[in-house]
Amino acid sequence: MSRVKQMVILAILGIGTYALMSSLYTVSEVEQVIITQFGKPVGAPVTSAGLKVKVPFIQDVNTIEKRSLEWDGNPSNMPTKDKLYISVEVFARWRITDPLQYFLRLRDERSAQSRLDDILGSEIRNAVAKHELIEIIRTAKDRVPQRDALLTAAERDQDIGSLVPIQKGRKLVEQEIFAEAATKIRVFGLELLDIRFKRINYNESVRPKIYDRMISERRQIAERFLSEGNGEAARIRGNRVRDLNKIQSEAYRQVEEIRGVADAKATGIYAKAYNQSPEAVAFYEFTRTMQAYKPIIGENTTLVLSTDGDLFKFLKGIAPKGGLVSAQRSGDQ
Amino acid sequence: MSSQNDSGGRGGPWGSGARPGSDFQDLVQEGQDRLKQIMPSGGPGRAIVFAFLGLVVLSAWGAWTAYYTVPSDSVAVVQRFGKYLKDVPPGLHFKLPLGIDVATIVPAKRQLKQEFGFATSGATDPYQSPRPRDEERETQMVTGDLNAGLVEWVVQYRISEPVKFLFEAREPSETLRYVSESVMREVVGDRTVDEVITIGRQEIEAEALTKMQALSSKYALGINIDQVQLKNINPPQPVQGSFNEVNQAQQEKEKLINEARRDYNKVIPLAEGERDQRIREADGYRLKRVNEAEGDVARFNALLAEYNKAPEVTLRRIYIETLQEVMPSIRSKIIIDERTRSILPFLNLDTQKGDRP
Repeated sequence: MSRVKQMVILAILGIGTYALMSSLYTVSEVEQVIITQFGKPVGAPVTSAGLKVKVPFIQDVNTIEKRSLEWDGNPSNMPTKDKLYISVEVFARWRITDPLQYFLRLRDERSAQSRLDDILGSEIRNAVAKHELIEIIRTAKDRVPQRDALLTAAERDQDIGSLVPIQKGRKLVEQEIFAEAATKIRVFGLELLDIRFKRINYNESVRPKIYDRMISERRQIAERFLSEGNGEAARIRGNRVRDLNKIQSEAYRQVEEIRGVADAKATGIYAKAYNQSPEAVAFYEFTRTMQAYKPIIGENTTLVLSTDGDLFKFLKGIAPKGGLVSAQRSGDQ
Repeated sequence: MSSQNDSGGRGGPWGSGARPGSDFQDLVQEGQDRLKQIMPSGGPGRAIVFAFLGLVVLSAWGAWTAYYTVPSDSVAVVQRFGKYLKDVPPGLHFKLPLGIDVATIVPAKRQLKQEFGFATSGATDPYQSPRPRDEERETQMVTGDLNAGLVEWVVQYRISEPVKFLFEAREPSETLRYVSESVMREVVGDRTVDEVITIGRQEIEAEALTKMQALSSKYALGINIDQVQLKNINPPQPVQGSFNEVNQAQQEKEKLINEARRDYNKVIPLAEGERDQRIREADGYRLKRVNEAEGDVARFNALLAEYNKAPEVTLRRIYIETLQEVMPSIRSKIIIDERTRSILPFLNLDTQKGDRP
């Protein structure tokens, strides 16, 4: 074969291989493809995966993401309806459901993300400005919080420790944002799948006020504990004094009662014995008086006695008047 | 060809051109000539040599890409020309080489975790820890009573459906981080600060797990949440002092009450004991009084009985006995006859004190 012929065959082989390779392309499970011819899209978008064929050289493959995609909003400060400045971060899920429209309107993901920033950002700002802060914090309207048993009384009096009531709640606000934004991005061939608040925080400027409120709430609870403690202690001290008095006075009463009963009984016993007959009365008078003389009459007494008395009557004679002997004598005669 | 011969050297390999330093060149020349011998025509020889070399490289590379190992805690997902083919369990497997088949390895049996608000060092999974700037921001939350708190937590999960994990959502692990933060704030947002810090932790963990799982299924992440664990939870830094004050005040209250009770218990049982003591003493007095009375009365009765038998004599006896006992101790006794009554005023009774009787 001549040299030229060989070169031509080689060239044809090379071009043929290249053309073959240029007519085949793969579509992954995560991709969808728009075929463009000289820059203009032709045919329907290719959404199923596998090995595909196209016209070589003049047709190009433009791959577009088929999976659901994330949009992560930058933290931005915005005011709520009740004039609280908060820092909000939102994330959304979206998908390219109309790749042709997407290709025509947006062309690549960077512009899609930028468009989403604008649309979603403004919808979020609107929604936050229309609602009070508590509406995007809380979700379940009827939730009754658990209460710390130790703090319950203190908190109830100060009206602390209960959830601020809501009308709508976070879910409804998110749904509102979703409804508004979904229609707006559909024109770009995008479908909004979900949108949720990721972070909501007080802005730096608002925090000192919030912290002060929290500090004063806690201080009130603490002071209440102290005053409860003091009050209870005072009550117990009062009880102590009262119970002490009660016991001591009861003791006095019972002691006096017993002593009274004892004295009465003893007096009764004495009286019964000394009163049992007129002789007993006289005898008691005599013996008791005799008993009394012993301690009464002592050293310093000066006695002036008469010889007519019973003791010294025998000094005058053997049988004085009124004595036993004289009585006997007169009895004898 | 002719150029080749020229550069080939001085004489062919069959010659004896033993020129030093040209041994290698001779070898190459030898190889080339041998090839030339195989080929019928010497025209496209160079191209064929290169084609042959290319084929060798290609088959080596093909062999290299034709097998793969799946580790024991993973599963491989195989795509042929981009289209999903099959799941492959652990072990050594073969696939069509040269990029026709692609095997993606997914750690489907390993339990993975994501940390929020803190980071343990040495993590190999890039989604496990928060981004460095975000660590503090992840913990800051607003509670349902419009207070603020700091919450750290851990999510433990597994990739339960590798196909969904790879094909449904882009960045499923990153998305899980967003889901986790969003759900945790939703759950904390319905609770008071007391519930978050102390009493409601278990409830929060349970509710967070349920909601995260629901979202994970809704977004088709192919992820199963195993556990949500709360770690450190604190009130914000400037407020922590006053939360401690509350605890201290509680303890102070207990202390005050206990002190008062202690004083009470010091005094009251003692008083009760003393009361009982006094009552008993009174009882003793009662018994003593009654017994003494009965004793006195018995003695009197006995005496009375004797008196009744001989009254005058008994009286006289007692009288004289008593006076006999009493009189000696009196210093001054004056015995006067009845008829000398009138001297009484003239007696100097004062001087009688010191005289002998």
